[in-house]
Amino acid sequence: MELFFSQLMNGIGSGVIYASFALALVLIFRATGILNFAQGEMALFTTYIHWKLTEWDLPVWLAIVVTVIIGFMLGAVIERIVIRPVEQSSALVLVIVTIGLFLAFNSLAPAIFGTDAVAIPRAYPNETWELGGVVLKADTLVLIGVLLAECAVLWFFLQRTKVGLALRAVASNPESSRLSGVPVGTMLMVGWGVAAAIGALAGALVIPTTAGLTNASMQNILVFGFAAAALGGFDSVLGAVVGGLTIGIADAMTREYVDWLNDIELVVPFGLILLVLLFRPAGLFGKVRVERV
Amino acid sequence: MSIRRVSTWVGVGIAGVAGLLLVVHILGQAVDLYDGLFNDPSKASTVDLWTTALYIGIAATGLNILTGYNGQVSIGHGAFFGVGAYVSALMIDDRAYVEIAGREYGFGDVPFLVTLPVVAVVCLVVGAAIGFPALRVKGLYLALVTLGLAVLFPDLTKRFVRGTGGTNLVGLRGDDLDPPFWYDAFADPIADPLTDYVGARDQWAFWLTLVVGGVLLFGVWLIARSRFGRALIAVRDHEAAAATVGVNLARVKVSAFALSALYAGVAGALSVLVTRVANAGKVETFQLSITLLVAVVVGGTATVWGPVIGATIVTFAQDWIEKDLPGQTWIRDNETLSDWLTTERTKLLAPAIFGIALILLMYVMPDGLVGGFRRLRGRFRTRVGRQTPAPATT
Repeated sequence: MELFFSQLMNGIGSGVIYASFALALVLIFRATGILNFAQGEMALFTTYIHWKLTEWDLPVWLAIVVTVIIGFMLGAVIERIVIRPVEQSSALVLVIVTIGLFLAFNSLAPAIFGTDAVAIPRAYPNETWELGGVVLKADTLVLIGVLLAECAVLWFFLQRTKVGLALRAVASNPESSRLSGVPVGTMLMVGWGVAAAIGALAGALVIPTTAGLTNASMQNILVFGFAAAALGGFDSVLGAVVGGLTIGIADAMTREYVDWLNDIELVVPFGLILLVLLFRPAGLFGKVRVERV
Repeated sequence: MSIRRVSTWVGVGIAGVAGLLLVVHILGQAVDLYDGLFNDPSKASTVDLWTTALYIGIAATGLNILTGYNGQVSIGHGAFFGVGAYVSALMIDDRAYVEIAGREYGFGDVPFLVTLPVVAVVCLVVGAAIGFPALRVKGLYLALVTLGLAVLFPDLTKRFVRGTGGTNLVGLRGDDLDPPFWYDAFADPIADPLTDYVGARDQWAFWLTLVVGGVLLFGVWLIARSRFGRALIAVRDHEAAAATVGVNLARVKVSAFALSALYAGVAGALSVLVTRVANAGKVETFQLSITLLVAVVVGGTATVWGPVIGATIVTFAQDWIEKDLPGQTWIRDNETLSDWLTTERTKLLAPAIFGIALILLMYVMPDGLVGGFRRLRGRFRTRVGRQTPAPATT
């Protein structure tokens, strides 16, 4: 039983990582209807910046704050310069543009910061506790705390502030928002900025718990983030969190308990997604669109 | 002139110059190819590059049936490509086998040409099997499910394929891929297969890929003009309307998946002729899937020639950026530039240059090269016919 709970904690630990990335994906999708393939690589780039900042002897917490601000600006600038000109194009063109961004960031990072894997310090002591046989890692607790805080702040921001209201208005009907005087362009920039900031925060917290930062660090996380967003529904914040946790836990449990799935543990999360999508094509919490003919 | 028009023309100018340079480069390669095929065996790598462009073109053509004509976006076609490569390589190699639940299943010494129809059938079945769940899943969700395919496939090979040294890589001996005996009759004026095996193999691979590609491309041309092709487009444009006029949605969608998997699989099998291995890494399979999608969009979705043109350009552009760009004299001679842009770093930057070029192309020609060409032609025609109304300024 202790093993089960330890594995559960591991699953939750990786689940919250996937959830953070899914959250960023969902935010951009809700605001602009774009599935941002470059989300992970944008986070990769800011995480390299974070590493440089810590190299310059900035306290880690301060470096994280600066990184998040840089991430916000990066996201906003990319929306303005790269996405805006093709905003009205077909979904396929948008996919290709974000893939172009993916390639650009993925190769710019090692060209600028070098190809060696770099270690990033944690912002908190790396401790583990045992609670009745169950192993609790500081990593997991911090990530859970940060995810909860993120959700709370996002909820407050979207539901209780004027900017949040404008963001939601733009997401649901850009034309009417423009007519009522909402600066649609600025709001889209803010949407991308917030998403990139969430990614930057996740990157700066997650990478220290892994073997090191290389330009391949984010790809697995991004795939699982996509999976989480698909499971929960691309337009649902709650769905992103539930999806991330479900996939994290399912993955950890398969690794521990299902021997005949050695090497192919990924069957479980993707099988799960397929199963959910077969019965709920818009994801667990996604809005079902009714089409009038 | 408004800023928008100026920037449009600047964009068109840049794209035009870049396109011209690329055409000159490809023409140069074509001359090299001619040399390689008929005179100089040392040009084998150029022949390989053309073969690569061709098989990538075949796979992209397949993806175009699904994504371009039928509107189902797939970012997992690298998996079908891989299935084709593995089926072919496993049948050729007598040492590699598949291990399922402790039992070994292996073939060996099957000639390459015999593996091609087997690959076609296997991929058709696999594609149809994956097409069925895709009936329920649409748009971005489908893209995600196919992404899962691309991520899962390398793991499946790791689990079940026992290739060279027990890994999931199936490496073939050079003489496994020798041209068949009757090729001599055609190959007579070219490199002599008895004395020059390497050159002969490369040329055999090229001609075979060219012929298979020609047949498959003709297939798409026929499909685009057939009842089935119109059904594909109708389903893409409006499912409900298509169903109302009697199109069987399920049959059309699953057929599109199966056909497109067949094309990708045959392309994968042909790739074995060039690479001499079947292999699947996570990153590589994902990158290949993306390359195919890029080739389709760069060339022009829902056009017969677009994917092949796109694949040729993508293959040569990537090769040029990786191999020729670092040594360019304007970089080497400029001190400030060559200080930072070392050969090493330029190689690292290759995908970035490619990615940025891709974004710029999407600004100028969102409907791809073939689509852009059609638009230019249309504009020219209206100008000749009658005065076009002034475009609204924004």
